[in-house]
Amino acid sequence: MKILVCISKTPDTTAKIAFTDNNTKFAADGVQWIINPYDEWYALVRAIELKEADPSTILHLVTVGGADTEPIIRKALALGGDEAIRVNADSHDSFYIAAQIAAVAQAGGYDLIFTGKETIDYNGSSIGGMVAELLGLPYVSMATKFDIANGTATIVREIEGGEETDQVSVPVVVSCQKGMAEQRIPNMKGIMGARSKPLKVQEPVAAEVLTSIISFDLPPAKAGVKLVSPDTPEELVRLLHEEAKVI
Amino acid sequence: MSVLVFIDQADGHIKKSSFEAASYGAALAQQSGVSAEGIVLGAVTDDLTALGKYGLKKIHTVAGAALDHLDAQVYTAVLAQAVTATGATVVVFSNNLSGKAIAPRLSARIKAGLVSGAVALPDTSNGFVVKKNVFSGKAFANVAINTAVKIIALSPNSYHVVSGDGVAEVAALSVTVDTPKVTVSSVNKIVGEVPLSEAELVVSGGRGLKGPENWALVTDFAKLIGAATACSRPVADVGWRPHHEHVGQTGLAIAPNLYFAIGISGAIQHLAGVNRSKVIVVINKDPEAPFFKAADYGIVGDAFEVMPKIIDAVKKLKGA
Ligand SMILES: Cc1cc2nc3c(=O)[nH]c(=O)nc-3n(C[C@H](O)[C@H](O)[C@H](O)COP(=O)(O)OP(=O)(O)OC[C@H]3O[C@@H](n4cnc5c(N)ncnc54)[C@H](O)[C@@H]3O)c2cc1C
Repeated sequence: MKILVCISKTPDTTAKIAFTDNNTKFAADGVQWIINPYDEWYALVRAIELKEADPSTILHLVTVGGADTEPIIRKALALGGDEAIRVNADSHDSFYIAAQIAAVAQAGGYDLIFTGKETIDYNGSSIGGMVAELLGLPYVSMATKFDIANGTATIVREIEGGEETDQVSVPVVVSCQKGMAEQRIPNMKGIMGARSKPLKVQEPVAAEVLTSIISFDLPPAKAGVKLVSPDTPEELVRLLHEEAKVI
Repeated sequence: MSVLVFIDQADGHIKKSSFEAASYGAALAQQSGVSAEGIVLGAVTDDLTALGKYGLKKIHTVAGAALDHLDAQVYTAVLAQAVTATGATVVVFSNNLSGKAIAPRLSARIKAGLVSGAVALPDTSNGFVVKKNVFSGKAFANVAINTAVKIIALSPNSYHVVSGDGVAEVAALSVTVDTPKVTVSSVNKIVGEVPLSEAELVVSGGRGLKGPENWALVTDFAKLIGAATACSRPVADVGWRPHHEHVGQTGLAIAPNLYFAIGISGAIQHLAGVNRSKVIVVINKDPEAPFFKAADYGIVGDAFEVMPKIIDAVKKLKGA
């Protein structure tokens, strides 16, 4: 079995969100970068578990980004995976990125393609669906459980108002979220081993750019909290009823 | 030319997020001087002509057993045909779980630029620019769609439902429906609860509540005001509450009218998922809790003393 896990680099969850160049660029100075949590905790760890259960599994990671994404992809390799592919392109357009991943997936002939359910920076939730469409493959989104036997995957996924259990033959594209696996901490052996794992850099294929970011805005600041004394909680209820008109 | 709105349904009923999408689509159509239409896939029991109230002139329906479950591949192929048949130039989805499954596929299939998580009508004064959530609610991006056909997935609870008079014409659309490659072996619906993503009022509990045995403070209050319930991540991680209640940067991002947080510190990752709520109320015994900085109303006090009094006061209010 061959698995491809899509890895994205995102600012750390505590990073200060600010913009430069007239609000057209994310202020990346001093920002710590991490593997997008959904890619790492769920997609990657579940893929590693599948490889542990069947060591003949080949596990590749792919990222689309500049050379600055390499520390992140090495961190991912420290958790597991045989090799990584970096498509040397910088883009915020989901379609362009998906086209790059689809080209890698096509060339590699993977049975499973895992993505996180979304990235915590651009919150597109789009790459998995787009890759699946470009490859003409079924797509199971928002998976919370994944098992596979004899080429048939059994997947539990979140749907509006509940969950659903699906069966599908590989190849399939799956977007992963909480429930799939538990976060792991890389160990020393993994970190050392990651240094010698192949990290192939590949130039992008030609693809269209369908959208472009014009500018960013920050939400308006809150006016400040109105505190009510703990001795008169009924006053809070009155304010919520009469002033905020929410109850 | 038209705006085509995907009307999401569950068990034959149309979802509130679709009324928002319909209202948004109708406003957009009016802004561009075209008509707004809807499309419904699968069997529906609700009266579809009533979608006229939200400004949709015509509802296209496609029935068939293959559409009973939302299969992203099958739905996308149907919607792509519908876009051609109706000459739609903008397709609107709710960015709920259904929209997230289909909109990206449709975007790739018909090469129509997608903005997911939109929070406002597009600015068409110079191109077609849509404001969307980024950095998990900590910022917005204004994104230009550069293609002739455009797809917008509207963030739930970001556009108000506008309802008036109007009766939509309902007509079956003739399209090819493929056989799904995914088989659904079981469906497990959470019944009798307001789904968190659609809830207008949300009451949420954190580690400050000490244990699941104390959750009546959250659930009783929620029931009383008709709210959905949520929790912080550690609470779901230790299993005090189900995973689907986890809100925040790595859980669900919500934007209700009221977010009422009890015993939650307000860590930056928690705030990321809730700071688009219109009114935030915080009950926390620590005056230094970061949540107070993001709150509109608050009580510095012990939840175990304060909440029973709040519940009583609401009971009185509701009784009056
Ligand atoms: C990468 C990453 C992603 C994360 N994603 C999320 C996420 O999506 N969602 C999320 O919630 N967290 C997330 N976290 C965790 C987050 O950093 C916090 O640890 C978490 O939100 C804290 O939960 P809490 O407020 O319930 O608990 P605590 O931080 O322990 O706070 C409990 C609060 O309760 C108050 N309290 C205690 N007793 C009482 C009482 N009797 N009455 C009133 N108040 C009381 C305390 O003063 C305290 O403020 C993430 C962390 C990381 C590193």
